[in-house]
Amino acid sequence: MLDATTSSQSLLEFRDVNTHYGDLHVLKDVNYNIAAGEIVCLLGGNACGKSTTMKTIMGVVRPTTGTVLFDGKPIEKLSTAERVKRGLAPVLEARRLFPRMTVYENLEMGAYTRKKGPEFLEDLEKVYTLFPRVKERRSQLSGTLSGGEQQMVAIGRALMARPRLICMDEPSMGLSPLFVEQTFEIIQTINRQGMTIFMVEQNANMALQIAHRAYVLQTGKVVLSGSAAEMRVNPVIREAYLGELAVA
Amino acid sequence: MTATDLLVQQIINGVSLGAMYALIALGFTLVYGIMELINFSHFNVFMVGSYIALYVLEAFGISGQSTLMSGWPLVGVLVVALLVAMVGCGFLGVVIERLSLRPLRGVKGPSAMITTIGVSYILFNLVLLFLGTDTKNYPNPLPPLTFAIGGAVLRLREILIWVISLALMAGLYVFTRRSKMGKAMRATAQDPDAARMMGVEVDRVIMTAFFLGSALAGAGGMIFGLYYNFTSFVIGYSAGLRAFTAAVLGGIGNVPGAMLGGMIIGLIETLSGQVVAVRWTDVIIFSLLVLVLVFRPAGLLGRVAPNKS
Ligand SMILES: Nc1ncnc2c1ncn2[C@@H]1O[C@H](COP(=O)(O)OP(=O)(O)O)[C@@H](O)[C@H]1O
Ligand SMILES: [Mg+2]
Repeated sequence: MLDATTSSQSLLEFRDVNTHYGDLHVLKDVNYNIAAGEIVCLLGGNACGKSTTMKTIMGVVRPTTGTVLFDGKPIEKLSTAERVKRGLAPVLEARRLFPRMTVYENLEMGAYTRKKGPEFLEDLEKVYTLFPRVKERRSQLSGTLSGGEQQMVAIGRALMARPRLICMDEPSMGLSPLFVEQTFEIIQTINRQGMTIFMVEQNANMALQIAHRAYVLQTGKVVLSGSAAEMRVNPVIREAYLGELAVA
Repeated sequence: MTATDLLVQQIINGVSLGAMYALIALGFTLVYGIMELINFSHFNVFMVGSYIALYVLEAFGISGQSTLMSGWPLVGVLVVALLVAMVGCGFLGVVIERLSLRPLRGVKGPSAMITTIGVSYILFNLVLLFLGTDTKNYPNPLPPLTFAIGGAVLRLREILIWVISLALMAGLYVFTRRSKMGKAMRATAQDPDAARMMGVEVDRVIMTAFFLGSALAGAGGMIFGLYYNFTSFVIGYSAGLRAFTAAVLGGIGNVPGAMLGGMIIGLIETLSGQVVAVRWTDVIIFSLLVLVLVFRPAGLLGRVAPNKS
């Protein structure tokens, strides 16, 4: 449905991005294109640079060379706060809620760069409608929630920024199978409401069922990209990420 | 005075001192909570605050045992002195952070902490150079009104100290719970990276923590003068060290911990002076500190591992 080569209307684009931690060269000439309305999944083994991709988008690390475009404009020199204002919001690895703040306060922090007017209340209602559980728990300290509930708050917190693109770092990590399924359903729901999602996942099986397209990262290089449907039947992917032996 | 009266008297005094230690300890704790930095310049920010309040009072003609002012004018002058000391120290804290610590942001290891030691020496020596080595008399402007509690007396001074301290701590509480910046401070203390990705400008949070912490130390400096009726360039190291101990005892980084630690140290100071002997005060304080840290390494109310995962 969405073409992988629609770079002219990309919402987020990486052009030959290189990212280093000191001497450690992590992202190597990486290119991504994410169009508005897509769910794009980033697959890859441990320590290949998936989280670094997310950090590069959010401005926690800066690329050493290359350009990151959001809505056609370079953002790689902008502060994280400025990127949040422009419409990028994260769902962080291991959720990273503020444990000694209430659920409601965590949602408020999601809307930190915005004014607290009627739009805030509107978005709060949307989050509560999406996650009735979150509404029930709104006065509870978020550190006391179960992993699945925390994930709902983490997604709700990202939505409170009223972003145009949400970056999710391993949303299924550490969740029970039931919650994994629920989380992916939610991701699909918010995507159908128009949200663009760039998602890192180890759970390729589930991720490829909801994603439109995927990239495969190997030691910092994009080695494969294509539609999720192609990926699901690609023997290399099946072996490496779907836990099946390649059909010889 | 009976033994009970003495005990009550020392508890009254101890609460005043404890409130002062708590105010200073809060400055250590606010900064540590956000940056995991022990700010040694805070000792002498407190000392400077004591001088600022003194000079404001003197500028209004209040010195020595003068009871030249009373009623609302006196309240007004006290409020002005308090505010000037707080705002002055607040800006001093911000300047220290901006000039000496921000350039070191992201530098790993103890360099930031050591820098604060250097800044502490600079403040200390500037005061020494320009204000002299002599101990300064602090005015005692309050009318000699007292209330009897059995045989113990509650002076107006105590009430003033309690009112100031309570108001400031309540203000800090409301600020961190209700205001946007206060919530950003708490979020940053709990998870700085996540806070940054919510769009929090962490540099501004750090600046706010320095301003508030230093302003509270400024109030502590004025309370020191009112309580002891003197100030001197050494009080940063004497009273400041006890306030630091209070922060560690309560759990550095933990706001209620700083208040609790301050109260404990204040009460130990007055009660040990009464029950044992003044020269044992530090022995008792630091023995208690060691004992608490052996059994609760993070302090009385501190968390063992700050949640950073
Ligand atoms: N802050 C950092 N400082 C130094 N090295 C890092 C840092 N973060 C990640 N790395 C290294 O960069 C590589 C890629 O990490 P990351 O992007 O987190 O991998 P993953 O694909 O598992 O999310 C790893 O070798 C990791 O050790
Ligand atoms: Mg990762």
